[in-house]
Order: sequence, then C-alpha cells, then structure tokens
Amino acid sequence: MITQRSIEEGAAMEKGKTNPDYFTACSICEMNPEDMKKAGIWKSTNVRVTSECGSVIVKAIEPTQFVPPGLAHIRQGVWANQVVPPRTQSTGVPQYSGFPVTIEPAPNERLKTALELVQGAVGLWKGGN
Amino acid sequence: MPKLITQVGCPYCGSSCDDIEVLVSDDGKKVLEVHNACTIGNNLFHHANDSTRPMLPRKRQPDGSMKEISYDEAVDYTAKTLLAAKKPLIFGFGSTNCEGMSAVGRVAEKAGAVLDNCASICHGPSFLAIFDNGYPSCTLGEVKNRADCVVFWGCNPMHAHPRHTSRYSIFPRGFFTQKGQMQRTIISVDPRVSDTAKLADIHYMLNQGHDYELFDAFRTVLRGHDIPDEVAGIKKEQILQGAEAMKKARFVMIFFGMGCTHTDGRNHNVDIAISLTRDLNTHTKASIMAMRGHYNIAGPGQVWSWQFGFPYCIDLSKGSHAHMNPGETSSVDLAMRDEVDCFVNVGTDAGAHWPIDAVKHVKKHPFITIDPNFCMASEISDLHIPVRIAGVDEGGVVYRMDNVPIQFKAVLKGLTGVPSDEELFDMIYERMCKLTLTEPIWLAALEHRKYPSVVS
Repeated sequence: MITQRSIEEGAAMEKGKTNPDYFTACSICEMNPEDMKKAGIWKSTNVRVTSECGSVIVKAIEPTQFVPPGLAHIRQGVWANQVVPPRTQSTGVPQYSGFPVTIEPAPNERLKTALELVQGAVGLWKGGN
Repeated sequence: MPKLITQVGCPYCGSSCDDIEVLVSDDGKKVLEVHNACTIGNNLFHHANDSTRPMLPRKRQPDGSMKEISYDEAVDYTAKTLLAAKKPLIFGFGSTNCEGMSAVGRVAEKAGAVLDNCASICHGPSFLAIFDNGYPSCTLGEVKNRADCVVFWGCNPMHAHPRHTSRYSIFPRGFFTQKGQMQRTIISVDPRVSDTAKLADIHYMLNQGHDYELFDAFRTVLRGHDIPDEVAGIKKEQILQGAEAMKKARFVMIFFGMGCTHTDGRNHNVDIAISLTRDLNTHTKASIMAMRGHYNIAGPGQVWSWQFGFPYCIDLSKGSHAHMNPGETSSVDLAMRDEVDCFVNVGTDAGAHWPIDAVKHVKKHPFITIDPNFCMASEISDLHIPVRIAGVDEGGVVYRMDNVPIQFKAVLKGLTGVPSDEELFDMIYERMCKLTLTEPIWLAALEHRKYPSVVS
C-alpha cells in the first residue's frame, strides 16, 4: 500500500476538509483491475483495508494512475491515515508508503466522513453510527 | 473598482509561484478572480472568501461543544497550558510565514517545548542524509536555464506541484535550453504510471520500496562496473540507457520526493541519491533538490537553524541548550511514546495527516490548534485560535523549495481583530513572561514587530 498526494486531494483540501469534494477525492482506494478480480471486488464498491494498526472502509476504483498488481494507493488524507503505521525507523517519518495491507470486499459497509473518523477515534464524535 | 494585484505569491506548494494575479473587490475583502494559479492555488485564494471563517477563538466545553471566547482568554489559556506542561510539543508551520516561525521560537524556549515542523513527517530523512552527505543543489532558475536531463525520483509534480513542470523543470525555455521540452530528457522513477511518468522519455517502474538498489545500480554503471540482469524489477538494458542519457547530458537535475522518504530506506535512499549526483559530476554537471511540499516548509529549516542551530525536531526542554535527534525528538515518535503532555498544532492539520494512532496519543493531553480555517485538528482541539492566512491576508517572507527567500504580499485586508501568527505568538510570549514575572527578551525583534498595532 502507498499513500501519496493527488491534485484532486489538494484542490479539495483547499476548499475545506468537510467539503464533499474532499470526501470524494480521498475515500477511495486505487487497485489493479487484476487484483480486484482475484479478490472478488467490483469496481466502485466498498472494501475494508486492514493494516497492522487498524482498518478503514474505502471505495475501490480502477486506478486513475496505473498501479501494478500487488500495489494499491489511497490518496493521502484522513482515510489513508487510519491504516498508516506510525513506525518511523528512527527518522520521525511514519511508514506512509510500502506497508502490507489486506483488502477485502465490504459492499454493505458504510463510508465514514472525515470528521466521523477523526472525532470518532478520540471519542468526540456525536453524530451517531 | 476592483483592483488587480500582480506578482502575488501562491501559498500552497513548494514551487511558491510568484507570478499570480489576484483581482480583489474594491473594499479589499473579497477575491474575485485568480489568474495564473493552478487549480489548488485557485481554490486556496477563493477559500479566503468563506463567510464561515472563524473570527474568534473557540474553547471546548465540558459537554464537548465549542464556545467562542476572546483572544485575551485564549492567549491566557495557551500561556498557562504551555507553562504548566513539562514537555509541550509545538508542531506544524507548513503554512506560516518566517516571521511567525521566528516568533514561536521565543514561545518554545520560554515553555521548554519541543519545536518541530512538517518536515518531520515529510523531508526529515532528507535532512539526515544532507547532514551526512552534503547537498550539491542549485536554484530552480538554474534548472530552467541549464538542465537538459531532469530526473523525477519518487515524486509526482503533476499532482503535488502542478506548475513546477511548466515554470522550472520540463516545459520552460531557458537561456541554454531554448527548445524547452524538446531539448530535455525526462526520466521518471515511480512504481506507478503517474501523470509525471506519462510525460517522461524513460520511466522506471521499479518494485515499490526498492529505490536504494536502483540508485546503487546507476552508481555501479557510472563507475564502469557490471550489474545483474535485473535490479529492483528493472532490466539491465534500461538502466544502461538511463545512465547513458545522464552521462551525455550537459546538466542533470535530480528531483526527489516522498517516494524516497516515506518508504523503506528513508534517509539512506536520499543519501545514495546525493552520492549518485556526486558521481555524475565526474562525467557532467549534476545537481539535486528535494521537492519540498509546502510553500514555506523550507522556512523553518532556515529560521530555526539560525535561531537554534537545528532545522527540525528541536528539543528545548533541557532549558540550557537545544537538542535534536530524530527518532527521539521527532513529533510522531514523541507522541507514540507518550512523552509530551501538551500539543500545539500550528498551520497544519495533524488530525488529518498524522497516523491516527499518533493523534490518539497526543489527544490525551491539552490540544491547541492555531489555524485560519476549520480542519480536522481544530475539530478535536481543546482550543482553536484563528489567525490570518499567510500569503492571502498576511504578507511575509517565505523560502521556496530551493531555499530562495521570496517576499509574499497580502492581497486581502485581514478579518477585523484576527491577528497574524507572529502577533499571536508575541502576545502569548508576553503573557508567559508576565505569568513568570520575567522580562521578555526581544533582541532585534522588538523594533520590527507589528503587534499590537493591528489587534486592539
């Protein structure tokens, strides 16, 4: 898994992170079409991405910038950082790219908003489930 | 009559474009049009028009809601919280001018805080490599005028620095590069077929996380030795072709980004990239540059190196001297080890851009956000203090990714009563001095500071 910047994420972020554009731009996982077939994932359906430190529901799409089999990409932001391991190899930089994840279909799971994910993680979310 | 302001600096990415034109309303309070900027810069300037921008600090109440308070109360709370904490962490400064960075130095020293900037989760490993191996770099003007072979290693400027390729690196016609793109060989190294890779003459789609091996292969070839048939998923012939293109060029420019510093190897990837640049200089001229993310993220490196001797991860908690040791004094590591007991998030959004585990750790203690807009960090903070937007309604000095200082100008009149970062930090510093019955030490800053001329 790698999590890096995209222009859609940057443009949406500058409108505000509670803006619907930010939700659309960042709550997605770009996967290789062959990997999607193998895992039984239909494009534009929700998947659960699980890493060593947590999991997040995102929408699987075919890549806007091609990723080879075995590699997936979530744009940097709130959803990606739910699964980014905080280990830093003693440099201060978390493992934003190159960490193992499991991706499985979760078509019936709901995508959470940015605010729900962050406030929920620290016990401040009052919006219900 | 609307007024067109020219030569405006864009406060988004490290390219720090300074050719933006902004049309503002006759009262100087609204951005009407933005010319020359990319889509991100355009949105950024227009976002300043947002009528919901906070104008007063907001403090979290026992029931979890936020209540507006005065700036005096907010300054008092921040000063007392920083003084009460044993080891506060002040982090951010991706979107702040150098004046604010300088002012926070006084606050951090007084509080015995750890002072860190976004480089800590971005180009921090590049600093480590530069300490070890030097930094044979140049300015972006030299890239435009001289570079005829440009390597983008682990970076995707078409997305992260949208005007970089048109202003400096691929398309522009320079003094010695008058044919622009036709004259340049573009090499991209990326595990994805990124939009920058699509522009490249040679794209190395290496196995993710194997950058070090590929750098090493290039060095081996340039030194006249043989390499295996395949390195990091790249065929030997392709590597020889790229090495030949670099050798033949008159000026090779290597730009490296998060693909090197966020993945396995971290500083070692950058270290060997610098060594490759050094090796290339035995064949031709070569230079290297970090693709810094924010418009002034090179600023804290300059300002704090001058103030404290270190660019980031500066531990001032000892009281006698500054101490820097990434891994020990870096923000995410400190957070994960629960070593800080107060967190101040300035001009960044740790809530959105830190791994969520680290956010949970710092949220155990007082959490203060200083930011012009609502963001994830402000929405989990105990106190959110709004300030003016540097580069939009506050001017100041910024350092571009090549460490060239640029004077940014304000295009809008700031919101009434909202201070700049510098003014706010000066207020906090004065309050801390009053609380501890000590005299403020301003040195040269006193003559230059603007506070309290703007805020009543």
